[in-house]
Amino acid sequence: MKPHLSPLARGLIACAALLLVVGVADAALHHALAQNPFGAPKQAPASEASGLIGWLLAKQSEFYRQMSSTIRAAKSDGSAVWTLLFISFAYGIFHAAGPGHGKAVIASYLVANRETAQRGIALSFASALMQSLVAILIVGISAWILNATAKTMCKAEGAIEIASYALIALFGLRLTWTKGRTFIRALQATQPVPAMAGVPHDHHDHGHDHHHDAHDHHDHHHHDHAHAHHHGHDHVHDEHCGHSHGPAPTELAGPGGWKRGFAAILTVGIRPCSGAILVLVFSLAQGLFWAGIAATFLMGLGTAITVATIAVVAVSAKDIAGRLSGARDGGGALFMRGVEFGAAALVLLFGAGLLFGYIAAERTTCF
Amino acid sequence: MRALLGWLLAAGLLLAASAASAHPHVWITATSELLYAEDGSITGVRHAWTFDDMFSAYAVQGLEAKKKGAYTREELGPLAQTNVESLKEYAYFTFAKADGKKERFGEPVDYFLDYKDSVLTLHFTLPLKTPLKPKQLMLEVFDRSFFIDFQMAKDNPVKLVGAPPGCQMKLDRPSDGTASAQKLNEQTFMDGPNANFGMMFANKITVDCP
Repeated sequence: MKPHLSPLARGLIACAALLLVVGVADAALHHALAQNPFGAPKQAPASEASGLIGWLLAKQSEFYRQMSSTIRAAKSDGSAVWTLLFISFAYGIFHAAGPGHGKAVIASYLVANRETAQRGIALSFASALMQSLVAILIVGISAWILNATAKTMCKAEGAIEIASYALIALFGLRLTWTKGRTFIRALQATQPVPAMAGVPHDHHDHGHDHHHDAHDHHDHHHHDHAHAHHHGHDHVHDEHCGHSHGPAPTELAGPGGWKRGFAAILTVGIRPCSGAILVLVFSLAQGLFWAGIAATFLMGLGTAITVATIAVVAVSAKDIAGRLSGARDGGGALFMRGVEFGAAALVLLFGAGLLFGYIAAERTTCF
Repeated sequence: MRALLGWLLAAGLLLAASAASAHPHVWITATSELLYAEDGSITGVRHAWTFDDMFSAYAVQGLEAKKKGAYTREELGPLAQTNVESLKEYAYFTFAKADGKKERFGEPVDYFLDYKDSVLTLHFTLPLKTPLKPKQLMLEVFDRSFFIDFQMAKDNPVKLVGAPPGCQMKLDRPSDGTASAQKLNEQTFMDGPNANFGMMFANKITVDCP
């Protein structure tokens, strides 16, 4: 049986599969990072995952808790600063490995926008750097220069938080809009059936399949075109089809490419990590603000490495999926547009979820 | 059908990934007193929560003090007010059950902050909406989202103030600090689908009275 919806269904299955791949890769990375020394029970995979998250959290807490004493130590012993930098770096790596950081947005964006792994790495580092800078600016301006209270700082943090969630949602909306249109166009191109709806034909699908077969025998090279000749309606669609098979090179790295990427950097980077804010204020109180600043940058570096790794995994997964589906038939293009659309929708869902409180993110320390 | 299943799986995975929350940013060492009335009924809980040094430094940032680095109770008054007001949203991280039935607390009273050895301690009393005389009272102190790590103090973590004779108190601590993962794996997760993550960090105080 070959239902006429099969390209769509295949696309959906493949989309889901890709999401699963990204999800599993993410989990696998957690696993790899979290070489559990305590021997979690192997027979209970679901519980093990929670155990790993628990371990990740414990590890982060450990690094994080060492920071305050290390900053104190650095007051009298300069060499403790090196320890502080190392701890901050390790904290950054572990912190970003935890679920629900900006990496979800970055990875989805990369998949949706057909970006390269190289750009994924660049975006990860740029957004982490911006995150560090925002934290330093908030504390530098409000606490150091204006000597504002925690309450004021917290309000500023809260406002930035809402703004960042709204930005993610908006960004996702824009992505979904463009990717949705491309997807629908791809759908129309690979699906001549709706166009034929007016033709009374009881066994339409059968006939259609036969045509396919016939042409496969006659003409391998111009399958699509030949096919279109039989159904006059398809001419227009076919041209679309040719376009959506892959991105034109100019689409990928043309001028404006970095402008496009900047939206992603801004979206992810505008929201500082509460941990960095706490460390900065604490180091300021200890009279070692510069050590806090250095620690914040190292945290950012650690975060960037983890996010970049996940970004590369996401992009590679998509490339593999694209090659696998592309090797089969014209449905591959549709499939990839579907994947992109799905990833764009994910960004939108993520942003909306954060904005309306369905997804709990890091809480700002307001009390 | 298969596509639908795939989507459901993917959505589930996504939810699972986003449901897990951040690691703690604030550490609280708590002591709690259970307050009893003359007639042996429980009227409320008095908490003393000591914050970690990092959060303490953050909280007092920008506050005016006559003597630098020493904040009086009065100078910390507005901050204490903010604290208890904000805590309301989180139900004061204190959850009571009397003979298995959930009980509610009213607005906190007698609250103040003190600052000693560069850490803040928040004192406040949570009165029960209605005083109770249950056979068993269960009190849990924890942050569901695990943004705050609550640990009961090492010495005298729980006191029964004016409790009728014969009442027995038991404290179940969550895993502490770095050993948490070990405990989580070896015990909690062995027990099967123990999904509520924050729950595992709950401090459980149980009082049985004759």
